[in-house]
Amino acid sequence: MDLQTLWFAAVAVLWTGFLLLEGFDFGVAALLPVLGRRTADRHVMLRTIGPLWDGNEVWLITAVGAVFAAFPGWYATWLPALYLPFVLVLFGLIIRAVAFEWRHSHHTEAWDATWTRVITAGSLVAALGIGAALGATTLGLPIDADGNRVGGPLAGLGWPALLGGVSVLAFSLVHGAVFLALKTDGPIRAAAHAFALRWAPVAALPLLAWAGIVHLRYGTAVTAVLWLVAALSVVLAWARLRVDREGQAFAAWGAMLVAAAATIFGAAYPVVVPSTVDTAFDVTVADASVSDYTLTVMTWAAGIGLPVVLCYQAWTYWVFRRRLTAEPQHTEEQVAA
Amino acid sequence: MDVLGLDTLDVARWQFGITTVYHFLMVPLTIGLGVLVAVMHTMWVRTDKPEWLRMTRFWGRIYLINFALGVATGLVQEFQFGLAWSEYSRFVGDVFGSLLALEALLAFFLESTFLGLWIFGWGRIPKKLHLAALWAAVIGSIVSAYFIIAANSWMQHPVGVEVGEDGRPVQVDFLAVLTNNTALAAFSHAIVAALMVAGALLVGIGLWHLRKRTLAEQPTTDVDHAVWRRSVRLGGFVSLAAFVLVAVTGDWQGKLMYQQQPLKMSSAEALCETEAPAPFSIFAFGKLGSNECDDVHSWTVPGLLSFLAHSDFSTAVPGVNELQEEYAAVYGETYPDDPSFGDRAGGEIDYSPLLAVTYWSFRLMIGMGAVSAAVAAYALWATRRGRVPTSKIGVYGALLAVAAPFVANATGWIFTEMGRQPFVVYPNPDVPVGEQVYFFTAQAVSPGITTGEVWTSLIGLTVVYGALAVVELWLITRFVRRGVTTGDGAPVPGTPPEGTPDDDVSGGSGGDRRRDDDVLSFAY
Ligand code: HDD
Ligand code: HEM
Ligand code: HEM
Repeated sequence: MDLQTLWFAAVAVLWTGFLLLEGFDFGVAALLPVLGRRTADRHVMLRTIGPLWDGNEVWLITAVGAVFAAFPGWYATWLPALYLPFVLVLFGLIIRAVAFEWRHSHHTEAWDATWTRVITAGSLVAALGIGAALGATTLGLPIDADGNRVGGPLAGLGWPALLGGVSVLAFSLVHGAVFLALKTDGPIRAAAHAFALRWAPVAALPLLAWAGIVHLRYGTAVTAVLWLVAALSVVLAWARLRVDREGQAFAAWGAMLVAAAATIFGAAYPVVVPSTVDTAFDVTVADASVSDYTLTVMTWAAGIGLPVVLCYQAWTYWVFRRRLTAEPQHTEEQVAA
Repeated sequence: MDVLGLDTLDVARWQFGITTVYHFLMVPLTIGLGVLVAVMHTMWVRTDKPEWLRMTRFWGRIYLINFALGVATGLVQEFQFGLAWSEYSRFVGDVFGSLLALEALLAFFLESTFLGLWIFGWGRIPKKLHLAALWAAVIGSIVSAYFIIAANSWMQHPVGVEVGEDGRPVQVDFLAVLTNNTALAAFSHAIVAALMVAGALLVGIGLWHLRKRTLAEQPTTDVDHAVWRRSVRLGGFVSLAAFVLVAVTGDWQGKLMYQQQPLKMSSAEALCETEAPAPFSIFAFGKLGSNECDDVHSWTVPGLLSFLAHSDFSTAVPGVNELQEEYAAVYGETYPDDPSFGDRAGGEIDYSPLLAVTYWSFRLMIGMGAVSAAVAAYALWATRRGRVPTSKIGVYGALLAVAAPFVANATGWIFTEMGRQPFVVYPNPDVPVGEQVYFFTAQAVSPGITTGEVWTSLIGLTVVYGALAVVELWLITRFVRRGVTTGDGAPVPGTPPEGTPDDDVSGGSGGDRRRDDDVLSFAY
C-alpha cells in the first residue's frame, strides 16, 4: 500500500472512530428529554458521558487535523464549500462544551435545566451537521475545476447532505440508547433498552442507504461484502438486545457503523470530493495529497503516537466502567468518592 | 458586497484576529494555572497539609471553568484555516497541517483524557496516580503550545522547505521545522508569559480575600488564612520570576526579529531612517495613524535599539523608509495582476505594517508586563513576615492588575501577527531570493466564499463569544467571592462530585474501593 492510500485509510479510521465514540455521547445528549424524565435521571445520563465526551471530541479534531495534514486539497475544498453548515456545527460544539462544564458550576434548577437543554440542542446540531458534511464529501459537492464552490452559500446542501445528517443522527440515537442500557441500572436502563429495541431497525436504514448508494456508484465486490456485513450487524444487534445482551448489542451496533463506513470510504476511494458539476472536477487522493516526505514523517509520528493514545483512552474507559443509577445507596458511594 | 468598505479578505482578517485573541485569553490561563494547580496538588500529596488541598480545589475549579471555554474556542481555530483561508491551507499544506495534526494527536488527547481522569478520579484511583493524571494534562497543554507555535513560527520564518514546481513549499527537513529558532524563542516566551497571567490572578484574588478577612477580624491562624497567604506568595514569586524570563526570552526574539523581519522591528520603533547608533523610542506623537513614517516623532533613549538588535550600543539599525524600498525592489512594487489577488490584483504593496498598531502593541505588551511585575513586588512586600495588607488602593489595584498580563499577551500576538503584514508567510532572508518561499495575505483567503458568509460567521461568533464572556466572568466572580470555605452545595443524587472534592472528603483513597460485582465491563 502506498502512503497516500495508507493515509486515506487513516483518515477514514479517524472519522469512523470519532462517530463510534462521539456517537454515543451525541446520542445520550439527544435522548436527555426523551429518556430522562426526572432530573435525577438526567443527571445519571449525563454522568455516563461526563468523563468521556471531551476525549471523544478530540477524535474530531484529529480527524480534521489529519485531513489537513495529509490532504490539504481536500480540507481546502470541503470546508469552504460548506462554510455556513460548518460554522453552525461549530456553534453547536461550542455551546455544548461550555454547557457540560457550566451546568454544575451553579445550583439552581432553572440553571441546570437550561444548560441540560443546551447540551441536547448543541449535540443535535453537531450530529446533523457533521453527518451532512460527511454525506456531501462522499456523495458530491458542486465544485468547479479549481475546487471552488459553484452557486450560493447553501449550494452544498443537497440530498447527500440531508442523507448524511439523518444517518449520523439516527445511528447516534440508538448508539446512545444502547450505551445507556449498558452503563446504567434501574428505570433508565429499562427505558433505554426499550428505545433501542424499538428503533434500531429503522435507525439503521439511512446509513445503509448512504453506504448502498456510494457502493452502487463506485463499489467493488469487497464493498458489497462490507455492506452485507453492515446489514447483518443490524440484525445481530437487534437480536442481542432482545435477549438483554447489551454488551454484545453495543458491539454489533458499532460493527454496523464500522462496516458501513468501510463501505463508504472503500468505495469512494480515491475520490475525496466528488463534483456534482462534472466528474472531471472530482478531487482525488493524488490531487489533494502532501509530499511523500511529509507523509513519511507523519506515518512515523502516528505509528508511535496512536497506539499510546489508544492505550490510555482504553484505560480511562476501564476506570469509569461501573454502572450508574439514581438510587440512594449508590449515591452515598458517589458522594464518598 | 463591501459593507463598511471591507472586502472578504478584511472581514476574514477581523474574524481571525478576534477569534484568535479571544482563544488566547483562555490559553495562557490554562497553561499557567495548570502548572500552578499541579504544583499545589503535588504539595498536598507530599505534605498532607489541608491548605494545599483547598488551594488545589479552589484554583482547580477556576482552571476547569476556563478550560472549557479554551476547548470551545480552540475548536473554531482548527476549522478556520480551511473555512476562510483555503488558499493559505493549500499553499502551506505540506508543512502546516502536519503540525496541527500532531498537536491533536500528541497533545489534545493527553490533555482531555487525563483531565477527565483528574476531574472524575477523586477517590477512585490511587492518590499518586490521580496526581500524575493532572500533570499529564498540564504537560499536554504545554506540548500543544509548542506545536501550534512551531506552526506559527514557520509562517514567520519558513525553514526546512524548498520551492516546489507550483511555487508551493515542499518540506525537506521536518527536524528543522521543529527546531526553528523562531519557534524555540516564541515558545519559551509564551510559556513564561502564561505564568505571569496565573501569578497575577493568585496575587489579586489572594490579596482581596486576605483584606476582607482582616477587616472582618477573622483569625490569621486558620486554614483559610493560610490558603490566601500562600496563594499570594506563590503568585507573587511566580510573577516576578516569569517577568525576568519574559524579558530574557523577549530579547532573544527581538534579536531574531531584527534578522528575520527587520520591518517589524523598525515599525515597532517608528524608526524611519537608518541610524547608528539607533535609539529606542519611549513615547511617540505626531500623526502616528498616517502610516507615513516621517509624520511621527518620539522621545527616545539613545543607542538602546542598537543594543536590542545587536547587543552593542552603536551598530546601525535600518529604518522603515530604506527597508520599504529594499522590499519593493525584491518582491515587487505592485501585486501581480492575477485573479488570485482579488480586488488587490495590480495594486500597490505597502511593506510596512500599520505603524500605530505595531508601535503601541509592542509598548503595551512590555508595559503591562511591567505593571504586573510591580504589583507582584508590592504584594510580596506587603505580605512579608506574616503581614496582611489592608490598603484599599493596593488591594483593589492588584485586583485590577489581574487584567494586565492578559492585555500583554493579546498585544504580544497582535504585534507578532500584524507586524508581519503584508505577508502571511514571510520570506526567510537566510535563503537566496530566488529560492524563497513566501505568500501574501492578499492571496490567502478562500476564493469560493462570499463576503456575506464571512460577515455572518464573524457577527455570529462575536455575539456568541461576547455572551460566553459575560457568563464566564459572572461564574468566576461569584465563585471567587464565595472563596474556599463553603462546599459547592450538597451533591445531587447521581451527579458527579464537583471537579474537586468537597472539604469533608479526603481525596484519594488508595484504589477503587467499590465492589466489582455491579460492574459490566465491555468491549473498549
Ligand atoms: C500557546 C498556546 C496556544 C496557542 C497559540 C493556540 N492554542 Fe489552542 N489551545 C491551547 C494552546 C494554544 C491549549 C492550552 O492547549 C488549550 C487552551 C485551553 C484548552 O483547553 O487547551 C487549547 C485548545 C485548543 C483546541 C481544543 C482542544 C481540546 O479539545 O482539548 C483546539 C482545537 C485548538 N486549541 C486549536 C488551536 C489552533 C488551530 C490555534 C492557532 C490559531 C491555537 N489553538 C492557538
Ligand atoms: C498561534 C497563535 C496565534 C495567535 C495568537 C495569532 C494572532 C493573530 C492576530 C492578533 C491576528 C490579527 C492580525 C490582523 O488582523 O492583521 C492574526 C491574523 C492572522 N493570523 Fe494569526 N495568530 C496565531 C496563529 C496563527 C496561525 C497558526 C496561523 C496560521 C495560519 C495564523 C494565521 C493568521 C492569518 C491568516 C491571519 C489573518 C490575516 C492577517 O490579518 O494577518 N495565525 N493572528
Ligand atoms: C519585558 C520585555 C519584553 C520583551 C523585550 C518582549 C519581546 C517580544 C517580541 C520581540 C515579540 C515579537 C516576536 C516576533 O514577532 O517574532 C514578542 C511577542 C510576544 N510577547 Fe513579548 N516581550 C516582553 C514582555 C512580554 C510580556 C510581559 C508578555 C505577557 C505577559 C509578553 C507576551 C508576548 C506574546 C504572547 C507574544 C506573541 C507570541 C510570541 O511570539 O511569543 N511579552 N515579545
